[in-house]
Amino acid sequence: MSSAQPNLPKRDAIQLPKTPTGINGLDDLTLGGIPTGRPTLLCGAAGCGKTLFALTFLVNGATEYGEHGVFMSFEERSQDLSANVSSLGFDLDRLVAEKKIVVDYVRIERAEIEESGEYDLEGLFVRLGYAIDKIGAKRVVLDTIEALFSGLTDSAILRAELRRLFAWLKDKGVTAIITGERGDGQLTRYGIEEYVSDCVILLDNRVQDQVTTRRLRVVKYRGSAHGTNEYPFLIDDQGVSVLPITSAGLGHAISSETVPTGVADLDAMLGIGGYFRGASVLISGLAGTGKSTFGASFVDAACKRGEHCLFFAFEESPDQVVRNMRSVGIDLAPHLAAGLLRFEAARPSLYGFEMHLARMNRDIESFKPAVIVVDPISAFRGPSSEIHSTLIRLADICKTKGITTLFTSLSSAGESMNESERSVSSLMDTWISLEDKESNGERNRVLYLLKSRGMNHSNQLREYRLTGGGITMIEPYIGTEGVLTGTARLAQEAREREAQLGRRQSTERRRREVARKRSAAERQIAEMRAAVEAEEAEIATLIEQEEARESAVGSDREKMAVNRGARK
Amino acid sequence: MMNASCHKAVDATVTGLPSGQPTYNLRLYVAGQTPKSLAAIANLKRICEDHLVGRYTIEVIDLMKTPQLAEGDQIVALPTLVRHLPPPLKRIIGNLSDTEKVLVGLDIRSKDAIE
Repeated sequence: MSSAQPNLPKRDAIQLPKTPTGINGLDDLTLGGIPTGRPTLLCGAAGCGKTLFALTFLVNGATEYGEHGVFMSFEERSQDLSANVSSLGFDLDRLVAEKKIVVDYVRIERAEIEESGEYDLEGLFVRLGYAIDKIGAKRVVLDTIEALFSGLTDSAILRAELRRLFAWLKDKGVTAIITGERGDGQLTRYGIEEYVSDCVILLDNRVQDQVTTRRLRVVKYRGSAHGTNEYPFLIDDQGVSVLPITSAGLGHAISSETVPTGVADLDAMLGIGGYFRGASVLISGLAGTGKSTFGASFVDAACKRGEHCLFFAFEESPDQVVRNMRSVGIDLAPHLAAGLLRFEAARPSLYGFEMHLARMNRDIESFKPAVIVVDPISAFRGPSSEIHSTLIRLADICKTKGITTLFTSLSSAGESMNESERSVSSLMDTWISLEDKESNGERNRVLYLLKSRGMNHSNQLREYRLTGGGITMIEPYIGTEGVLTGTARLAQEAREREAQLGRRQSTERRRREVARKRSAAERQIAEMRAAVEAEEAEIATLIEQEEARESAVGSDREKMAVNRGARK
Repeated sequence: MMNASCHKAVDATVTGLPSGQPTYNLRLYVAGQTPKSLAAIANLKRICEDHLVGRYTIEVIDLMKTPQLAEGDQIVALPTLVRHLPPPLKRIIGNLSDTEKVLVGLDIRSKDAIE
């Protein structure tokens, strides 16, 4: 809880000895607990959870801090009390058997009591003192001591005795919680806040728009700083927890580590291979654009890395999410079985915003996830200021804890931004917008990165498809006719393929023609060469014949000269 | 009406009472020897001697010595007088200085009897 501490001055923290209540959050906002050795007044209207609060203080003391406790009940019988708190997972009977807690039911029935003369409440002191000494109690709860006023008539005696009782409790050195019913114009019906004034905690259960929210406020705390706001708290099967959320400063450490989105192409689009760890991511889109599928892909990838994931589903039941995601090839069931994935499903209208936040915070505290998905934030309906403050604090809580948070938001057609988006848009580090492109009688899904802080992300509109193998992105078609999607893209691609084929065929034809021309030319050349060669051969023959004739003439002439005797 | 039925019930259990009147089993819780305690003890003894001669028992319990007994009889205020018998259980708190109220509280005298 240390990280979600309210922004309070710390220097007073050691001034006063404090006793931790063990109630999630309350110890943070009181900077350590309620004052040790002093009585604290816990007041509120009927049904605020005073008794459970007080009993949690005792049970936690006995089980976690080794401090035994006495519960003096003026309203509920011991057996009713243990039955009531067993719903919170407390085994009161066992703690009583182990002598860690004493439950003393003080029954005052006016009809049975006759008053005659002076009396005091020494009997109560004796009982309380005996119970405290019996188990060495350090903690005491009186629930609710104001019942005495309806049981006994002499309120002057009662007031004097109560004053004495609280002084006596202080002397005993026990840390006490005194509960009181809220009265008109004052904190308690009989004004006992006059006597118990070291620490006053007010519980409140308010109904607004048919939704109740429990709130807690530390009205005063003598000698200590404390959170002064109203803080929502919740009581459920896991006990009481308070959500101290005031300012949650922007001082959180950030991470440059990336977390894959679960969709490979989206990783590439983001430029750094995923979201930043601890970032807040918003995926907004129309109905049926696959917002939850993006969330589930992210969760699936995280679980496969062995990280804990918390999935807050506000529209679907866990089983429904698992079944639906199986249809796109994402099987979340093994992660659930392995304990890596936890679903927290609730109708948004079940509680007020504060309660939702308190519940989420508690779940985050206990499960310690690395990744959470809130699906969808648009399910919250209400004044935008409240939505904003709820989401801003949720985002802050997650950022301080380094949890990567993926919010989905349903936007409606024709509206550029809805209430919940507008209120969180500036909080988001990455915003992915999913859209439907309608053309040629069909819808196609495209996404683009509306913003992504700190990354050199793609500005390309990309078509994606939800297939049996998850989300697949399609290479963008960017041509002379712009970005085309769906069958228009397919048709355009086909046209292009055809044109390309035609071009290839004509080239081939021309190539063949040239080849033919070349071979014709070569043939001609060969013919001409052959003719020339034939001519040459003829000439050679003629020359030979000539030479033969000439030599024959020569030898004849010699023969004739010999014959004539011209030569010897 | 309620008183009548109670008397009947006691008549059946308490034996050998010639008058048919119930025995009073009284327990007085005090804390130490405070003036209030002492006054209560004295007042109780006086009332019993005046109105219940021979048919009462008084047990004085000092919670300073035996605090564990306080829870059993649901003691809050002191002094407290508890009537165990005859039923129903009755409690009277205070130093018993108002005798009339004690008599009414113990059903020794019905409310109507008071002028």
